[in-house]
Amino acid sequence: MRKRKEKTVKTFVGTLLICAEFVAVTLMAANHVMAQTSRLNIQGSTTVGPIGDAFAEAYKAMHPDLNITVNKTGSGDGAAAIVDGRCDIAMMSRFMKDTEFKKAVVNDIFPVAHVIAMDGVCVIVHPSNPVKALTSAQVRAIYKGEVTNWNQVGGPNLPIVAISRDTSSGTYETFEELVMKKEKMASGVEYVSSNPQAHARVSTTNGAIGYVGLGFLDMKVRALQIDGITPSRETIAKGKYPVSRPLFLFTNGYPKLGSAIHEFCTFYLTEKGQEIVEAKGFVPLTNY
Amino acid sequence: MRQSDRSPNVGVANNTSVQAVVEFSRPLLLTPGQDLFGYLASRAGRAFIFLVTCVSVLAVLLIFYFIVREAVPFVMLGSVKESLARVVEFLTRKNWFPEHGEHPEFGALTIIVGSVYVTLVALVFAVPLGVLSAIFLSDIAPFSVREITKPVIELLAAIPSVAYGFFAIVVVAPWLQNKFGFTTGANALNAAMILALMAVPTIISVAEDSLSAVGREIREASYGLGATRTETMLKVVIPAAHSGIIASIILGMMRAIGETMVVWMAAGMAAQIPSPWWDLSQSVRPITATIAQEMGETPQGTPHYYSLFALGVLLLIFTFSLNLVSEHFMSRVKLKGGSA
Repeated sequence: MRKRKEKTVKTFVGTLLICAEFVAVTLMAANHVMAQTSRLNIQGSTTVGPIGDAFAEAYKAMHPDLNITVNKTGSGDGAAAIVDGRCDIAMMSRFMKDTEFKKAVVNDIFPVAHVIAMDGVCVIVHPSNPVKALTSAQVRAIYKGEVTNWNQVGGPNLPIVAISRDTSSGTYETFEELVMKKEKMASGVEYVSSNPQAHARVSTTNGAIGYVGLGFLDMKVRALQIDGITPSRETIAKGKYPVSRPLFLFTNGYPKLGSAIHEFCTFYLTEKGQEIVEAKGFVPLTNY
Repeated sequence: MRQSDRSPNVGVANNTSVQAVVEFSRPLLLTPGQDLFGYLASRAGRAFIFLVTCVSVLAVLLIFYFIVREAVPFVMLGSVKESLARVVEFLTRKNWFPEHGEHPEFGALTIIVGSVYVTLVALVFAVPLGVLSAIFLSDIAPFSVREITKPVIELLAAIPSVAYGFFAIVVVAPWLQNKFGFTTGANALNAAMILALMAVPTIISVAEDSLSAVGREIREASYGLGATRTETMLKVVIPAAHSGIIASIILGMMRAIGETMVVWMAAGMAAQIPSPWWDLSQSVRPITATIAQEMGETPQGTPHYYSLFALGVLLLIFTFSLNLVSEHFMSRVKLKGGSA
């Protein structure tokens, strides 16, 4: 029994050693490769993140020697990173603020914006809800807690369950700016942490109202007309729909033509790029 | 369980005599070099093991240090009077709008109440379930049932919390809405039920251990005096194991109060105190989920960022004091075991 235990321990130690060696060799190899190739450091918005990830993956397949890292920590972080020169491309779901731009100029960095897609935030309700259209003022009143029952906006006598994305998400930021006009939401508003979760909550709750990106619409929820405009690829791409916004990549100056950064920032123009934008639930910039 | 443990013990005891012969086949006299090497090797081994242990202790201390360090700027800003006013606002006001541009408000009372509320309701479900199951497993269940039940219950603890959260949103929330007519299914009741499920394995295994630790002779003495099984259970075994049971409840409470993902998904995250206070169908917002939700995009060095660390300090104080209390009860279990 004891012998067997010793043997097991020895085997275990042996395996560990082999593993350690393997890791060391891999690390050395990785270092070696990294030394030879260029790196592309991308940082920023969680909203643009899925596009950035998919672009990076497709791009890596074409240029296997390129090392791309994508960090999704928020538009604010992206702006800070490009302003400090810590990244090559910043993904942002809003335009750069004056203060950020001024800091960039002080740091000898000249931020240039590339619009790669349009994002529409659709207000959704349960399919059984007869309300088909609201004005943005009504939506704002619902989230401010001034309207608490659907019969106040022409619906059945049913309490409204207002569902918002968490305050750190890009979708929330858009909604807060374009619909809430920076006013505070009521304390009874519920928060969920992702688009699929918002969709799941609305599709299972009769009195719910929520908001998600265009790509998350399906038969289980119904998108409302806002100010008389139905959210669709066309109305969002043209910016007619009130809750739509462009998604940006920011670079330091316009990238050198033919460089990796330039190719990445224009990737959305390729067929593959358009497919990716659409697959991630955004609106590609083709049909202005 | 205990029976299966015994057989390998016997095996080892038999082998030691054989082993001893093998030991003596080594040279009895070591050269000074070998002697020194052996001494140094054992010293180095000890030092290494000591350092490894230090890593985890150090990690705890560093976590404390960094969280408190980041929370201090939230409290200490401006004059003493202003700092005091901010702490009072933090602990007593209900408006939590830390990210608002012009008029941020840092009233964390709703969030603190949310955490305590969900935890206490979870305990209401988990304590009877856990303690009764522990009693069943330790004293009533036949050996074969126990052999199957225990691993299954322990499996509950192995399910990732995000899976629980998903279950809460997709299954429990619609069920609550359709069955009980709640306006929203993501509420205090939903979160508390799932938390109870997560705390139950902890409660069962610790409580069961302490019940099993009550000696067989004590039970036999009780039976010998003519007590029935119920009387033995209620008047002898449970009182004897009470510190362990209390410790198990506190450990379960720590599990519930520290849980993040489930409450984030299931509690609804509305920053409000349920009114009336017993209305479990309303959404609440616990501390852990607030930190997880808002940490992501909060710029460093802003009052909002520091306020989240202040919430973290509160949470640390909660869990640390609970830990102290449970240590107190656990040490009493150990003392009793030693004297018996």
